[in-house]
Amino acid sequence: MSNGNVLGNEKRGMVELGAEKKVGWDEVTHGAVLYSFEDDATDVSFRKAEDRNYAQFSSYVATVASWRTIKPVYNRDICIDCQNCWVFCPDVSIISRDKQMLGIDYDHCKGCGVCVEVCPTNPKSLLMFAEAQNLEDALASWPEKKKKEEK
Amino acid sequence: MAITSIKNLKEFSTANDRFEGAHLLCPGCAHSMIVRELLNCTNDNLVIASATGCLEVCTAVYPYTSWDTSWIHIGFENSATAVTGAEAMYKARKRKGTLKNPDAPVKFVAFGGDGATYDIGFQWLSGAVERGHDFTYICLDNEVYANTGGQRSSSTPIGASSTTAPAGRVSYGKKENKKDIVSIMAANGASYVAQVAPNKWKNMAQAFQKALSTEGPCFINAMSACTTEWKFDPKDTINISDLATDSLVFPLYEIVDGHELNITYRPKNIIPVKDYLAAQGRFRHLFKPENAHILEEWQKRVDANWERLQRREEARV
Ligand code: SF4
Ligand code: SF4
Repeated sequence: MSNGNVLGNEKRGMVELGAEKKVGWDEVTHGAVLYSFEDDATDVSFRKAEDRNYAQFSSYVATVASWRTIKPVYNRDICIDCQNCWVFCPDVSIISRDKQMLGIDYDHCKGCGVCVEVCPTNPKSLLMFAEAQNLEDALASWPEKKKKEEK
Repeated sequence: MAITSIKNLKEFSTANDRFEGAHLLCPGCAHSMIVRELLNCTNDNLVIASATGCLEVCTAVYPYTSWDTSWIHIGFENSATAVTGAEAMYKARKRKGTLKNPDAPVKFVAFGGDGATYDIGFQWLSGAVERGHDFTYICLDNEVYANTGGQRSSSTPIGASSTTAPAGRVSYGKKENKKDIVSIMAANGASYVAQVAPNKWKNMAQAFQKALSTEGPCFINAMSACTTEWKFDPKDTINISDLATDSLVFPLYEIVDGHELNITYRPKNIIPVKDYLAAQGRFRHLFKPENAHILEEWQKRVDANWERLQRREEARV
């Protein structure tokens, strides 16, 4: 259970990733077990991502950054740490610790723009920019406070 | 200890996600907002089954899983059956004293889309509720078979264009009304049923927590706005959901023990149904003059349903 591999059970004909022996499609037992962690996962709901030992099968170690054409940029100066962006992000890509918004996880963000829509500050503390835009220029071009926000 | 405190959003944001990014759901998909919130509103161990559908295919694409809990993918029809089987075994082993960790709190949850819930898994779900298992079934209701290309389901509302009931010169899309799954499940004997929407995150978290802590079968219909099949910009998932709850197209309420109905969200300003419809490509054709009667019917039906819910809330029957 601890090796984090697809249950490498020769007798049941399962494939072990990286194993010497190649197994044909017709020899593979239906179904696969993917372990998310290298170690015991019982208290995982009490551990932050950085304190977990993710296995190579957790999508946490994968990235979908290539999906993006636009990306959210975060401006700490305006943010009120309301956590709206955190609760609505569908890709677990708003990093919050101790009730503070820390930034964006660009490995998992797909650039949907939901976080920008739900951000209540004026001007917004999150705005979408072209993927190739560098962060400093993006922050330098931040809009001023608007009199009345059009919705 | 079982349930995390959710006084406010800041408090909630200290939860440790047990649903991981780099799943393959569309950008802006409400499914993951709902699933994330369920996993975040409890610290209990969870045994989860997912029926075939968007959630299942996008969160377990070999060699990756996005789940930090016990999770099984089962058929299109039987997520309720699988998870109640696990629940029955858990109880039996607890009784026999063969559990490794008998004091660890465990909850059993099944997810299914509206295709799996309203149509394909309907009798299996009904059976699981009738048998009285201690589990929570959550329907991710995006009103269409989104994973297979947008076919209509019995949850698709009247007038929506889908690939198997397309709008065109002679048709205004689906002719039939959406099935009232919440009433059906209440009548089926579920201990707790609720309708929730992700834009009202607190309301949704409270319903999830009630369901998880209620003994017996619980059913939750979660509105899940689908950017791909409802045809709106991914950034607007929460905006569309606001239109849905504030126009009362998706009223938020719960029914306890089959009779005690509580409306859990009353919009301050009720907006016209056509504002909700106009924001989505799947209803665009309804705004042609020849379809004006469908718009009228929509508003009438939503008004009548709201009236019915209020009366039932009062009557307590
Ligand atoms: S753009 Fe979308 S995926 Fe990226 S951080 Fe914002 S809400 Fe999350
Ligand atoms: S929604 Fe905006 S103000 Fe609120 S925490 Fe996120 S960035 Fe900050």
